[in-house]
Amino acid sequence: MPIRTVMKANEAAAWAAKLAKPKVIAAFPITPSTLVPEKISEFVANGELEAEFIKVESEHSAISACVGASAAGVRTFTATASQGLALMHEVLFIAAGMRLPIVIAVGNRSLSAPINIWNDWQDTISERDTGWLQFYAENNQEALDLILIAFKVAENEKVLLPTMVGFDAFILTHTVEPVEIPDQELVDEFLGEYNPKYAYLDPEKPITQGTLAFPAHYMEARYTVWEANENAKKVIDEVFAEFEKKFGRKYSKIEEYRTDDAEIVFVTMGSLAGTVKEYVDYLREKGIKAGAAKLTVYRPFPAEEVRELAGKAKVIALLEKNITFSIGGALFQDFSRALINQKEKPILVDFILGLGGRDVTFKDLDEALEISRKALAGEEFEEVNWIGLRKEIL
Amino acid sequence: MAVRKSPITTREYWAPGHAACAGCGCATALKLATKAFSEAMEEKYGDPNAFAIAQATGCMEVVSAVFPYTAWKAPWVHVAFENAAAAASGVEAAWKKLGRKGKILAIGGDGGTADIGMQALSGMLERRHNVVYLMYDNEAYMNTGIQRSSSTPYGAWTTTSPPGKYSIGEDKPKKWVALIAAAHQVPYVATASIGNPFDFVKKMKKAAKVDGPAFVQVHCTCPTGWKSPLEKGVEIARLAIETGVWPLFEIENGDFFNIKIQAPGGGAKVKREGGRVVAIEFKKPIEEYLKLQGRFKHLFKQPEAIDEMREQIKAMWKVLGVDVTLPKPEE
Amino acid sequence: MAESPFKADIERVQKEYSEKMTPGAIARIPGSSVINKTGSWRVFMPEFNRDKCVRCYLCYIYCPEPAIYLDEENYPVFDYDYCKGCGICANECPVDAIVMVRETK
Repeated sequence: MPIRTVMKANEAAAWAAKLAKPKVIAAFPITPSTLVPEKISEFVANGELEAEFIKVESEHSAISACVGASAAGVRTFTATASQGLALMHEVLFIAAGMRLPIVIAVGNRSLSAPINIWNDWQDTISERDTGWLQFYAENNQEALDLILIAFKVAENEKVLLPTMVGFDAFILTHTVEPVEIPDQELVDEFLGEYNPKYAYLDPEKPITQGTLAFPAHYMEARYTVWEANENAKKVIDEVFAEFEKKFGRKYSKIEEYRTDDAEIVFVTMGSLAGTVKEYVDYLREKGIKAGAAKLTVYRPFPAEEVRELAGKAKVIALLEKNITFSIGGALFQDFSRALINQKEKPILVDFILGLGGRDVTFKDLDEALEISRKALAGEEFEEVNWIGLRKEIL
Repeated sequence: MAVRKSPITTREYWAPGHAACAGCGCATALKLATKAFSEAMEEKYGDPNAFAIAQATGCMEVVSAVFPYTAWKAPWVHVAFENAAAAASGVEAAWKKLGRKGKILAIGGDGGTADIGMQALSGMLERRHNVVYLMYDNEAYMNTGIQRSSSTPYGAWTTTSPPGKYSIGEDKPKKWVALIAAAHQVPYVATASIGNPFDFVKKMKKAAKVDGPAFVQVHCTCPTGWKSPLEKGVEIARLAIETGVWPLFEIENGDFFNIKIQAPGGGAKVKREGGRVVAIEFKKPIEEYLKLQGRFKHLFKQPEAIDEMREQIKAMWKVLGVDVTLPKPEE
Repeated sequence: MAESPFKADIERVQKEYSEKMTPGAIARIPGSSVINKTGSWRVFMPEFNRDKCVRCYLCYIYCPEPAIYLDEENYPVFDYDYCKGCGICANECPVDAIVMVRETK
């Protein structure tokens, strides 16, 4: 029987790991993710989780040990955030290139400098070109569910890509919410044992992993990572469907909210989606035709679903906690790519907000709405807008 | 005449056709290391193949694993430059959970070990993984084209320690990673050399058989980087031992008061007290070692630099608890 | 004459060699480097005098390729497909049973 309880997203991530039964976990403490390895340590110490937990000396070694273990053919898991993920950067490419289905739970946190431990998505967004799949959780239940889903997708033979699941620092990592812990038997059925077909470091079938590729072979190796990302799109839908059947919770790459006759659709990810949905309700009460959409899956980028969504809106307002300097947010870039060659397309307006743990309030969203309405009315507008800036101290 | 048995297994884990330079001392080291490992695994577990290799980026990685080929006949993985020890930790943990018997061999060059991989190495040793870390020490970043590492010896020319008006070449003493490894109080640490392959094989076997981490630092000639004649590779490594430049020692459980020193040969007189080597009187001057290598050629115009080198070698031996005398060449 | 210990590898790689990209660019065939005949790098080649050989195994132990294997009587056999001609074997041979000669191709 599933257990209904309350817990923080970090605990939910540790529970997901426990349910997925990875054989090797390697982790290093970092705010706001530290509770994940702490909780896992408890599980291991109590014999509730039979995993080798390697208490490494850095995040670089955490992911390196995961790559070694995954190359040896076992399920592996780690958790990190921010600078820790940035320190892993080099090895993230390697894990994807070697097609190792490692899963990382990330407590989404800003990057230095200045050092800041609070929430935005710059850490995971900065890893969007590594080849990893990326899921973002809106709440603690999603954090748990998406980690289980991540293992299932990552280990699919057509995918074989590492996957990171992001959940917002403090807003989720340290906030207690109701969570349903699924039944272990059902999870066992859902995930099954990981049986590596290509990576196993077995003396009976010695192979060489992590080769050097000359220009004659490198592009093909990279292309297979592209192909695997493409394959993941269908696999994710299948796994979402299977998950719903087994556990009763429905997921989709993009979750829409009151978009049907919407003129302005606010698009975001993670915990901000909750605020935005409430804001849409508030606007609807005032008679403003607004809707919301949340990307649960960011990589592979759900371009088709974005096009579908775009068909329903006149203005898409992208609310994002990340920035590419001199360009704008990552969603703005990705939505532009998905829509650029469409005959009919909405206007895209980009809003950079909530960086480094800055609260996003209705007042901020009002500011975004006002600019979006200008765009809707055909007036001049800024494409990229920093919302909630304290201009008085600049 | 009765046919003597080969002193080492004829099983091969390192196949020809790899792209190492002709006369590569590191290639010899890896060939012997894997054979030694195989013998140890056979003796310990009854399975000569019970090992896997995790290797750092470096010469021996790029010459051996070029897609779609591989020179390796053992399970082998390469991740990056600085993390062979961390990757090996992961492989070892996975093997433990899989209930697989055997040992993991981590391999890195001096750059990948003494410099960029130092932290991962320390972590692996401290966590007591059942891994042997083999550092093949050719005393510079050879893969990128001969740049100095912290394991480059005093006086050596490299492309980033060129001798010049204000430079004698590398101006820092060599960093001895084996001593740092031993400070982790791991079961077994040794230095070895391709100049004494029987000693090297013996030590690799011992390292492979201990329970827990071990570290072996093997001196390997790089004819390309040392500017030395191809055929002299083993001879040069042997001269390093015989002249006192390369000490052969073993440290068990970090017991620095009971370091086992191997007799260097070359006519050196070894003085023992209570079984411990306390003094060595070398007979061959270090010049015999230096003169065969282009990387030290410039020093012969600066004999004071060679004397400085002698002082540094003495100081290094002092750390090992051995008083050495190093002769000057006869006029 | 004994067979090369790599004979099976050579046969397998000739039969199964494929450039087909594998997931993770894995090299599937152990010892497949034998497809590269590095003997073409050679300038000097070792010439072996069996009568002088005392079977000390040093050449066999030192060869970095390895391009030396042992026959049934444990005499060294030089595999010129792979020997790069470094000359370590000749330099280390204690009885001068190996000499390096300039190769005439």
